[in-house]
Formats: sequence, C-alpha cells, structure tokens
Amino acid sequence: MSEETLMIDPPMESSPTQAPGTLPRLLAGIPADGAMSLDEHLAVHGHAPVSARRHGRRSESPLIVQLERAGLRGHGGAGFPTATKLRAVAASRKRAVVVVNAAEGEPASLKDRTLMQTLPHLVLDGAQLAAQALGAEELIVCVCQTAQASVDASTHAVSERRGMTADSAHMHVTAVPGDYVAGQEAALINHLNGGPAIPTFTPPMVFEQGVRRRPTLVANAETLAHVALIARHGPEWFRRLGTPSQPGSALVTLSGPVVHPGVYEIEHGASLQSLIDAAGGMLATPTALLVGGYGGSWIGGKFLHGVALSDEHLAPHGASLGAGVVLLLSQDACPVAETARVARWLAGQSAGQCGPCVHGLHAIVTSVEEIAGGLAEGNATQRIARLATLVHRRGACGHPDGTVRFVTSALDAFGPEFADHARHGPCEGCARPGELPLPVHHPTATPTHEPVSFR
Amino acid sequence: MSQSVRVNPIACAAHGMCAELLPERISLDDWGYPIVDSEPLSPALLDHARRAAQACPTFALLLTRDRERVS
Repeated sequence: MSEETLMIDPPMESSPTQAPGTLPRLLAGIPADGAMSLDEHLAVHGHAPVSARRHGRRSESPLIVQLERAGLRGHGGAGFPTATKLRAVAASRKRAVVVVNAAEGEPASLKDRTLMQTLPHLVLDGAQLAAQALGAEELIVCVCQTAQASVDASTHAVSERRGMTADSAHMHVTAVPGDYVAGQEAALINHLNGGPAIPTFTPPMVFEQGVRRRPTLVANAETLAHVALIARHGPEWFRRLGTPSQPGSALVTLSGPVVHPGVYEIEHGASLQSLIDAAGGMLATPTALLVGGYGGSWIGGKFLHGVALSDEHLAPHGASLGAGVVLLLSQDACPVAETARVARWLAGQSAGQCGPCVHGLHAIVTSVEEIAGGLAEGNATQRIARLATLVHRRGACGHPDGTVRFVTSALDAFGPEFADHARHGPCEGCARPGELPLPVHHPTATPTHEPVSFR
Repeated sequence: MSQSVRVNPIACAAHGMCAELLPERISLDDWGYPIVDSEPLSPALLDHARRAAQACPTFALLLTRDRERVS
C-alpha cells in the first residue's frame, strides 16, 4: 500500500479558500494586464500540496487517485481521462518526462495561449504535481511560437520559480511550430526529439516511448491548471461544478458576432445563452454554431436555443466540447463558402504522410468547392459522403477524421444552403470576406484573432 | 492469441501488393491505398497474411497480436 501523504505547506487554512461551486476557478484573480506573478499566484491560490515521501506504486499516488475521483478529462480536444493517462506513464519503470502542451494549433482557440500568457503558474503547478506523482525529473513547456507573449510569460514564470522547493522537476520552455497538426501528441514528441512536427505511426505510444524514448506524459495546459486546483481543493470540490459525467469547469474561446469575443470560463453544462450573455450579448443573429474547433461539428441555427455546453448535451448533435471552441456564425456569412474555405485550409494542413488523408481530403474539399461554385456534376453531396467514410480512421492521426466531421456536419446543418448553391451557384454572402478565423500565411506572424477579453 | 493485419499509413506507398495477396482482408481505395479489415485471421489466412506482409515493398503491412492493437 502507498504510504504517501499529502502535506500542505503552508497549511491550507492560510490560503484564501474559494467558495464551493462558483466561478471563476482557473481565471480567479486574473490580472487585467500581463501575467500573474508568482507572489500574486500564491496569494490567490496558496502553495500547491507537496507529497512528502514516496513509497509504493506510482500508479497509486494520491494525485492520480484524486484526479480519478474528480473525473478530470483532458481539455486538449480528445477528452481522455487524465488519471488513466498518468497511470499509463506511471506503469513504466523508466524515468518519465512531462510535457505541457500549449501548442494550440487550432485557429479558433485562444485559451491555452491565454493561460500561459496570464496565469502561467497555475499550469506550471499542475505540471510539477504531475511530475512529482510520476517521479519525472524533466518538464518541457511547449508553447506555440506564434504566441510570443505566451512564450515570454512562460519563460519568465519558469525563471521566477527557480529555487522553489516544491518544484521537483527541471523545467524549460520551448517554442513549438503553430501548425494545425503540430500539437498532436506524437507530432509534438517527434519535434522535441529533433524531427519534424508531424504525427508518427503508433505504437509505440507516447506514454511508452516519448521524449528520448522515455515514458512521457503529454498534457494540455488547461488540463494541468485543473490538476493544480484539484490537488489543492480535492475531487469533491471539483465535482461541485459541472455535470456528473463531465465535472468541473472549462475554458472556452467564444468568437462570432458577440459584443466581447474572447476566452471565458464556464461550468460544464452551462447554456450557450449564458455564455452569450456573459459576452455582452449578440451583435447579430447567429445562423449556426461550430463547437469543438475545425475538427468539430456544426449545429444548425434552429437548435441554438436549447444548446448546453457539455459533451452529454452536445452528443445528440454529433458534437463535443473538444478544446472549447464555441464559434457563432453570423447570418450575413455564407455557411457554404465558409465551409469550403476552412475545409480547403484543413486539407492543406495535412502533413502529407498518409495517402487517404492527402488524396481523400483534397477530393472531398474539391467537391465542396464545386457545390459552392454551382459547378458540381451529379450528386456531389453523395460523393462527399462516400469519400468521408473512405477516409475515416485511415490516417496515422485524427486529422482526416476531424476534417470529415467538419464537412459532413456542415452538410447536415446547412442542407438547404448547399442545395441552393449546387443549383444556383454563389450567393451574395459568398463575396464577403471570410468570418471564420484562419492563420495568415506567414507561419511566424501573430494570429489574426480579436483581442481577448475575460470574464 | 489471434492475429490481425494492420497498415502503417505513413509507410504505405500504395503499391497494392497486399490486396493481391490477401484479398480476404484487404481491398484498395480510389487511390490505390489499402482498406484493411482488422478481423482476426484464421489459421488458414495467417500464412497468406505473412506472405503479404513480406511482399510489401515499404514494410507497411503489419501483423499484430490482438493485445497490441491500438483502437
């Protein structure tokens, strides 16, 4: 049996306690400008608990048990149970490495760079706690190189923590490519090992052989921020927000015709309307909602009233919260043109390694473009559906699957619009500049998003 | 322990030998890349599967034991 004890230093009573079941959690005390310093961070959250001694099996470490009880799942997109992931790494006898994933190649997502830019210590706390639980001595913080402010804030935060006794692992910050597939676990590891930032064939899985062939935990930045709070306040506290199957809170990036687009913290299961209200309301009527990101799903306008932001509520629409992208499309935009434009970009983001992805996505997007231009011959929608099943699950990573989901959910949500374009060609909205954000061509340029606002 | 075939889509260069040698499990898509049925191989098919894996010019066809299979 594990004899490990969680020692709180200094005692928890001296730290300001958060009211149970209320927001904000992650965004508590967020500075209006710049990053929260280490002192401010400790004043808001107190010290992270330190496990005093290690005996017994790593897979039964108190942190892993806590995360399991909390029901924390990853916030990078796949929603994998965090405790299971840690256990898989802990199962190896070799010394582990912890990788913080703030690569965030998703153009419609800003939450990870926002976290690193404003609250880096919360993420670093979680990473250090995970490193401690896994006996890892090395911790690599991967931040998207296009988000210079996030890279700077992370680097400064790491230097602030030098000499902190609670930090057991050596930390360093690495700026990583911002390409769409670069943040995929295996791609990130490939990059850290000196290769290109493109996915690799698995097995070996990253938890078995990652950085320098060591067992590696790759965890999303927001996920680790939740870890930092669960370790402090416990799983019961975590479960006071959210739904039974998806407890806790989440950061979402809200964009579209709202008064204050930006990053918000919501309770899982919160209504879309409450998020819109928090953002100051709508500027125009939305026609549809894209949830989860560009590998996510469209939900048509007629369903928008009842939408709640949790996986169980989104599942009937074939959607999930993923990495927390909530994008509203205004009624002025043409959904067909927007789908075609983003799908073409997605096809171009293929690493070009797997045949079905390279050829399949190109063929699918070509059909979408033909419909958008009124040039399609025969039943193009049917052709897309056939190609979609042909491509599904046939890549080394999930990129083709996500792109197919984006396109097929658009066909479902915008059936009449697609039929209209197929028959009559481009509409008035087609000529408007694109509404869905895409990175500008230069890979090192700053992202083209709206300024971030916080709740 | 039952075995099945799997393709490494990164290594695969659409030579199509596998579909010739193991049509019971492998067909080709529009672009010549294998569509693999990962049903366990019967002992009778196992030999054909081995031959198909050996014949692949890029070593992209793999025989996996079921416990190693990644969903």
